Amino acid sequence: MEIAEELAKNQKAISVAEFFEKNRQILGFDSAPRSLITTVKEAVDNSLDACEEANILPDIFVQIKRKDDMFVVVEEDNGPGIVDAQVPNVFAKLLYGSRFHSLKQSRGQQGIGISAGVLYSQLTSGKPTKVTTKIGPSHPASRWSLTINTSTNEPEILKKIEVDWDRPRGTRVELEMEGSYVRSRKQSVYGYLKNVAIVNPHARITLVEPDGNIEIFERVSNLLPQPSYEIKPHPWGMELGGLIKMLRYTEKKKLSNFLKDTFTSIGTITTQEICKLAELDLNKPPQEINHKEATRLLEAFRKVKLKSPPTDCLSPIGEKLIRAGLEKEYRVDFVATSSRSVCVYSGNPFQVEVILAYGGSLKKDGRVDILRFANRVPLLYQQGGCAITHAIENISWKRYSLGQPGGGVPIGPAVLLVHVISTNIPFTSESKDAVADVSEIMSEIELGLKEVGRKLKRHLSRQSALSERREKEEIIRTILPRISQKLAQILEREEPDLNPVVAKIMGNLMVNRRLSQDNGQTIVTLKVANYGKSIKSFKLHETVTVEASSIQPQAKVIPMGDGYDHLWKITLKPGEKKDLRYIVPSECAVFSDPIVEGQPSELVTGARVVEI
Amino acid sequence: MKDAQTTQKRLLELAQSLYEQFQKGEVPHLVLPTRTKNNIEYDQDLSVWTYGNQESVRSVKTVRGAKSLLKTTFLSELLIKEHLESNRGSTLREIYYISENWDLAKFSEQAESDRLVEDLEIVTSLQREDFHVRPEEDGATVFGPLALKEKTRRGGRNIHCQEDVGEAGYQIPFNVDNIEFLNHDAKIVVAVETGGMHARLIENGFDQEYDAILVHLKGQPARSTRRIIKRLNEELGLPVAIFTDGDPWSYRIFASVAYGSIKSAHLSEYLVTPTAKFLGVQPSDIVDYDLSTDKLTDQDLHALRSEMTDPRFESDYWKEQIQLQLQLKKKAEQQAFAGKGLDFVTEVYLPNRLSEMGLV
Repeated sequence: MEIAEELAKNQKAISVAEFFEKNRQILGFDSAPRSLITTVKEAVDNSLDACEEANILPDIFVQIKRKDDMFVVVEEDNGPGIVDAQVPNVFAKLLYGSRFHSLKQSRGQQGIGISAGVLYSQLTSGKPTKVTTKIGPSHPASRWSLTINTSTNEPEILKKIEVDWDRPRGTRVELEMEGSYVRSRKQSVYGYLKNVAIVNPHARITLVEPDGNIEIFERVSNLLPQPSYEIKPHPWGMELGGLIKMLRYTEKKKLSNFLKDTFTSIGTITTQEICKLAELDLNKPPQEINHKEATRLLEAFRKVKLKSPPTDCLSPIGEKLIRAGLEKEYRVDFVATSSRSVCVYSGNPFQVEVILAYGGSLKKDGRVDILRFANRVPLLYQQGGCAITHAIENISWKRYSLGQPGGGVPIGPAVLLVHVISTNIPFTSESKDAVADVSEIMSEIELGLKEVGRKLKRHLSRQSALSERREKEEIIRTILPRISQKLAQILEREEPDLNPVVAKIMGNLMVNRRLSQDNGQTIVTLKVANYGKSIKSFKLHETVTVEASSIQPQAKVIPMGDGYDHLWKITLKPGEKKDLRYIVPSECAVFSDPIVEGQPSELVTGARVVEI
Repeated sequence: MKDAQTTQKRLLELAQSLYEQFQKGEVPHLVLPTRTKNNIEYDQDLSVWTYGNQESVRSVKTVRGAKSLLKTTFLSELLIKEHLESNRGSTLREIYYISENWDLAKFSEQAESDRLVEDLEIVTSLQREDFHVRPEEDGATVFGPLALKEKTRRGGRNIHCQEDVGEAGYQIPFNVDNIEFLNHDAKIVVAVETGGMHARLIENGFDQEYDAILVHLKGQPARSTRRIIKRLNEELGLPVAIFTDGDPWSYRIFASVAYGSIKSAHLSEYLVTPTAKFLGVQPSDIVDYDLSTDKLTDQDLHALRSEMTDPRFESDYWKEQIQLQLQLKKKAEQQAFAGKGLDFVTEVYLPNRLSEMGLV
């Protein structure tokens, strides 16, 4: 026997079961708690994607039940349902899906799919997966029992029956499997769904935990995300293998048409330029292009000037919604958001959204919480290896009022949420737990972080200005009166008038009326002074029972029912003072408080304030 | 010392000026010299260090300033009504406790009330004795060939500081100006930091052999101790040598006697003995006498470096000694001489040093 024949004996297709066993960590089933999370994640991702595509506000139900020493994961949605022909493939065939090769922002890009859960369930519990689905009110629901044939990777239908289901439409899946339910950690089914709820404010998610506890993550927006759509690949994102494959299998007969129709951002002129640079005939059939030529073509892609890929294919959550999503899960004092505009790395459009929440019930010491999301899917594992974490560590947070002893992740009562969306998220590994350190993405994240940092700093300095004002009020309310009282006691004199000092300390507008008697007449002097730091314009009213004479400067006198309103329009620069004078006969002079119009009441001392 | 009436008048003037600020619509405030090492200056005429021209304004614009002024008014009232009008007094510690009932004006610690008393001394150009305020600590002691007369509440007492006292020596009263020097046979005043060394010198008969008045400093010397050293120096014309441990804190003890302390620079004129000389332990003694040492701690190093920027230590002598110590990274106690025998300090070291300094 030839050696090759000998070797051939050992060369056989490995079964999917074997593949699964060897790649558990890649598929997200490497530990008992994580297996439950991954199953829930795949099911929920499918449901959210399906609902969005069908323009339905998602209502998702997740239940984890204990059954002997196994767990049952139940996931149900109100989505469009799945037609009979597709059910076995969606659930019981690995690597089957509508999104595997498409360039579109979708959750499904993230994982291996629900079929991995089905396989795991079947391998650990020996039980089939039960699927119930209904595509509309006039259709009956179908219930399936499915397994995967582990040697052929083909679905096996154990049972399919028609059932009554009180839902108008939707899909329900039940999987029994080994697992371990944890609650307390961020890396838990609860933690995962909580984070899903934050970035999917249009979804209502209900979780029933094994102990019967019910958690409802309520919907805060009735707006579905703007739909994302599929784009053709951009030449900058191409790699040689992919290009060769596309050349071989295209239906186009000419290279020029292949280039124009397969890629985005390539028009007739660019096609000519590329072919010229690559020294290739425009009319050459793409199938005949060899390895060398393909290499030249790829080089030409890099050299030629190209438009960026279309950027409106992405669907960010938006500052308003992401804020609403975060605020429903965290009680905070302040939220800053930054929505960066769309950028491109290696021909892939991407966009970064950053949120910083501060204060409230967040713990003051300890590192800030980092919430990482990629295409609306929470990333729970490998935080330390993620571009998002690295970008956060690169920022000098002290500048933005957060502690950062010894560098790294900052300290303080804050949550940092970073959402990266793209038609093609670059992950560090197949397990898709961490975003790779692509410099374009890093720099966008950093810019977003700095923007929310600046907003935080502004907020905090405004807060400290407020507390300065409170401090001044404390001085005025409690300390100053006691000083003057004590001084009066020591000197055995009357307590001095505090108003002028109060106005000065507060930086207020001060109005002080002084009266002097002269020959049966009362000479009134109104001293007005601006102790503030800005120009103050206002109207000053003096209401007296009689009309005043010798008014200086001129005032407008308005007769009222029971007296006269004397009105001055005054503008005072910071530090400026003015005296207003008038004379009234003493016997009928009855004054009420001077009235200031056009200044906030907390900035005026010595007069009543009428707000306009 | 000023009489009660003058003191009362000055305190009332302070209250009056604050009251007038209210009346004029000025933000009530006090202006005080800045009391840090950056604001002490050498006074050529008096040869002592006093506060310079930098001023700090304490105003009611901040809660701290406002509370401080509130406390000032309460303290003034206490001094005027309880002390001066009733001819009574309190210790610094008692004042801290009296403030218990002052609500917002309560002192948070004794250091705060002590400091405010000093502030009042500065503002009124008086001394705390004028306010009938006493320090808590016992005065340090004097031992040597000196006869004096002390005015006490029970009449005048004549005391000879060798013959009429026990081994502990004559206790310095808190108001040194109640003492009258009668006569003496002394040639020098040696002020000693630690009790152990003070007792060693007495036991070895150093006071008799060298006609020395030994003053026990008891660590950082109290005002009364510094005042009596100054009076011995000025009125009796005796040279003064300061004998301390060889560490940065001890150099500050010397500085407060010879140059003036930062905290009471307003009283330097009364308390400072500009001609006092540093006897030791010098860093160079550590090398010359091969003394047993301890390592300098981080705080010691910090204190030494701080002295490098202290204007009072800005002489070639101190620069050299401090530099040397920073290199050695070592400090030595006075008692380190005991390692050479109990008589070494009185028979070798002190005679050597005093003759080097030209004092014997």
